[in-house]
Amino acid sequence: MEPNDTGKFLKLIYLDLPLLLALLAVSGLGLIVLYSAGQRDLNLVIGQAMRLGLGFVIMLILAQVPPHYFRFWSPWIYLVGILLLLAVMAVGDISKGARRWLDLGVLRFQPSEIMKIAVPMTMAWFFGDKPLPPRWWHLLGGVLVTVVPFILIARQPDLGTALVVGCAGASVLFLAGLSWIVMIGLAGVLGAAIPLFWTFIMHDYQRQRVLTFLDPETDPLGAGYHIIQSKIAIGSGGIYGKGWLNGTQSHLDFLPEGSTDFIFAAFSEEFGLVGGCLLLVLYFFIVARCLYLATRAPDTYTRLLAGSLTLIFFLYAFVNSGMVSGLLPVVGLPLPLFSYGGTSLVTIMAGFGILMSIHAHRRTSTR
Amino acid sequence: MSRNSVGTVLNALRQAGRRIGATTRRGLVFTLLFTAAGGMLARAAYLQVVHKDFLQDQGDDRYLRTVEVSAHRGMILDRNGEPLAVSSPVDSIWAYPPELLKQRERWPALATALDITPAELEQKLAGRETRQFVYLRRHLAPSAAQQILQLKIAGVHAQREYRRYYPDAEVASHLLGFTDIDDAGQEGLEKTFDAQLRGIPGSKRVIQDRLGRIVEDVESLRIPQPGQALTLSIDRRLQYLAYRALKTAVLENKASAGAAVIVDARSGEILAMVNQPAGNPNNRSELHGDLLRNRTITDVYEPGSTIKPFPVVLGLESGKWTPSTLVNTAPMQIGRYTVRDTHNYGTIDITHVISKSSNVGVTKIALSMPAERLWQLYRNLGIGAVTGIGLIGEQAGVLRPFSKWAEIGHANHAFGYGFSLTILQLAQAYSVLAADGVRRPLTLLKREQPLGPDDERRVMAASAVRQVRAMMEEVVTKEGTGLKASVPGYRVAGKTGTSRKIVAGHYTNRYFALFAGMAPASAPRLVMAIIIDEPKGGAYYGGTVAAPVFSQTMGSALRILNITPDDMPTMKIAGAVPAIGAKP
Repeated sequence: MEPNDTGKFLKLIYLDLPLLLALLAVSGLGLIVLYSAGQRDLNLVIGQAMRLGLGFVIMLILAQVPPHYFRFWSPWIYLVGILLLLAVMAVGDISKGARRWLDLGVLRFQPSEIMKIAVPMTMAWFFGDKPLPPRWWHLLGGVLVTVVPFILIARQPDLGTALVVGCAGASVLFLAGLSWIVMIGLAGVLGAAIPLFWTFIMHDYQRQRVLTFLDPETDPLGAGYHIIQSKIAIGSGGIYGKGWLNGTQSHLDFLPEGSTDFIFAAFSEEFGLVGGCLLLVLYFFIVARCLYLATRAPDTYTRLLAGSLTLIFFLYAFVNSGMVSGLLPVVGLPLPLFSYGGTSLVTIMAGFGILMSIHAHRRTSTR
Repeated sequence: MSRNSVGTVLNALRQAGRRIGATTRRGLVFTLLFTAAGGMLARAAYLQVVHKDFLQDQGDDRYLRTVEVSAHRGMILDRNGEPLAVSSPVDSIWAYPPELLKQRERWPALATALDITPAELEQKLAGRETRQFVYLRRHLAPSAAQQILQLKIAGVHAQREYRRYYPDAEVASHLLGFTDIDDAGQEGLEKTFDAQLRGIPGSKRVIQDRLGRIVEDVESLRIPQPGQALTLSIDRRLQYLAYRALKTAVLENKASAGAAVIVDARSGEILAMVNQPAGNPNNRSELHGDLLRNRTITDVYEPGSTIKPFPVVLGLESGKWTPSTLVNTAPMQIGRYTVRDTHNYGTIDITHVISKSSNVGVTKIALSMPAERLWQLYRNLGIGAVTGIGLIGEQAGVLRPFSKWAEIGHANHAFGYGFSLTILQLAQAYSVLAADGVRRPLTLLKREQPLGPDDERRVMAASAVRQVRAMMEEVVTKEGTGLKASVPGYRVAGKTGTSRKIVAGHYTNRYFALFAGMAPASAPRLVMAIIIDEPKGGAYYGGTVAAPVFSQTMGSALRILNITPDDMPTMKIAGAVPAIGAKP
């Protein structure tokens, strides 16, 4: 009767229990790893815990909002996002050679983060009231909705975020039932665009990253350093790991970005293959649960949005772990809920909030 | 019909595609998910199982280091166990600039702790902002380093090193030599006895972080074996006395250099070995050639009149001469050369030949015997051969074979020209005089056992030597040339010398002032030889310039060693010195 009460309470506040538990588990594990990877700096852990708290609060708030509000606001949020991106281009702050930040005096943030949510929302809004599979002119509109922010963000330059935004748009197209022929055609166009992209859009450092990914040993002290050190950290963990607080590569400063983008390597060194599998299972469970929630969404808009948000989360987790273990090139994407840092965390938790809202409000919506 | 059938076919295809698409799409998503998860799993297993050993080795290579643990270098002690050279642990303060640059507000405090001005600290880091390692201050006392570390400024670290320290600074610097930054002997005794002093370094396995800071000692692989201490024959007190007296003489006479040696006549142990000019070996900027040279062994001089006692010993041994034999010292002609004294002393006895230092007198004594006898004696005294104390850079001097001397060369060799020796060799020759004609090997190491008969070698007849010593006592009187060497309470036997300096093969008007002597003359114990190079203060005679060094050193040395005075009733009054007109 106790669990029943809890279940009722959670229903009341529109939260999905299995998803919430999985999220809490990953976040808690992340804090434990962060304490070790961050050289036992308790302030770091407290700061991250507060950010996570903020994320959960945002998730809780968004879960209370019925999906039709999201639907109504989707294009407006998107428009504001585009304007902010243009503002960044004009007056943004430069940090580490990239113009990504907008300083509003009290608040300093990356407008590109908004687009991670705004693009799938708008794409879902766009296709939500159209016959599926989409007609080709609808398709063109959808591509435009995605490509404009993609280019704006890629020019900042912020390839990681641009890729997420692009994939978010593409995932909606895919889920909207884009015909295979068109998809293959688009893939062909994309393939043809890669050389153009390489020459005109990508910056030198980004090209270097791809080249380094292909053969990290060519530049072991420069661009290949991150990948090599990270592979060593993961590999030296072995099956059972070296144990919490016993990682040498991260503690002795050999693992760069050990508490942020490369925290998966620090985790793998201390917890080994077993820990890695556990984390993988947790992420897998989150994604699977979200997909399940998506399939039970009541209408096209919510189904498309939920599916797209899920795929974004999946993309984060997979791209980050793939990059850290040397499967994919180094793209500056954090491991969601695990890496130290706040901006993307808030976006991701907002996504989960929307997912929970979609699931919990389905009866009211269908009615 | 055809249009209709085409439309039907297209429609059917679209329907089929939609149906297949809807189911395949979901499948595709899940396939993608499983493929990605499977790929990650395979990748993790590949790294953590298949490549584990390789990657673990690579990881260990990055932080496990085997480092050398420097062994403590052996001390150098004087004969009484007083330290002359010690290796003390020191800490060098270094910085990791990228870290330090983040906290400029701490710089003033850091500069104060380092005992430098903020501007100097600024300068040390200027242009090195991206370096990993910059020394801020080297070789600080551990306590001072600790104070700096207690400021807890991030990016400031200490590194343990050993540093050789010479408590007596320049006093024994030429003798001891010095070590390099790795504490290996480079000069002097530090080099000669490096194998004994240097320990066997140990090694240990440590964990280092990316900046090379040692985070943790894992295990000791080999314990370092400290070097052995070296106990010298040197008496630190005598070394100091001799150094002070020599330095005073060099300064007062505006001389360019000076050197002196004290030998214990009974054992052959060298008690003091001093030089001027000198540099402080604790200050590396003062370690350069001119200040480092141990002139007592590296520089050779013509001994001049200081050699005269030896031909006289030969004359007495031959029986042709006695102390009271009279000799005419009027200038004499040898071939186209004239041998003369500064004054014509007329006909004087042999004692006065020594006390007045007559060139003509010793020439006549020497020429009364075959040249080979004189050459053989000089050889027996160790002239022309290194002494065997082992110091690097020691010179043997030049003693040409007697067959090449000719008559004038024979005469020159009698009064100290035509051959050369080091001050150590002169002290050695005088120690034979002091030991009644017995030559004992010199050493810089303390003798643990007394010398046996096998080590000693008689090279002169005892009776003749004693007679000459008595003559040499007359040198240190109002009548002689070496009054200024006198020591209150002790009888002194010695001989002054002044030799012209040869520059580029020609004799010049520049001089070496020498004095060699021993005390107490009744039973000689301490032998001292002194040279002052190029005195420019007006006086240049050995009796005026070099003899006071003997007096000042011996006055204290004899008392410090508790040697019984042998001249108590006739205490000479130091300072009451008449003008010396005699030729030294």
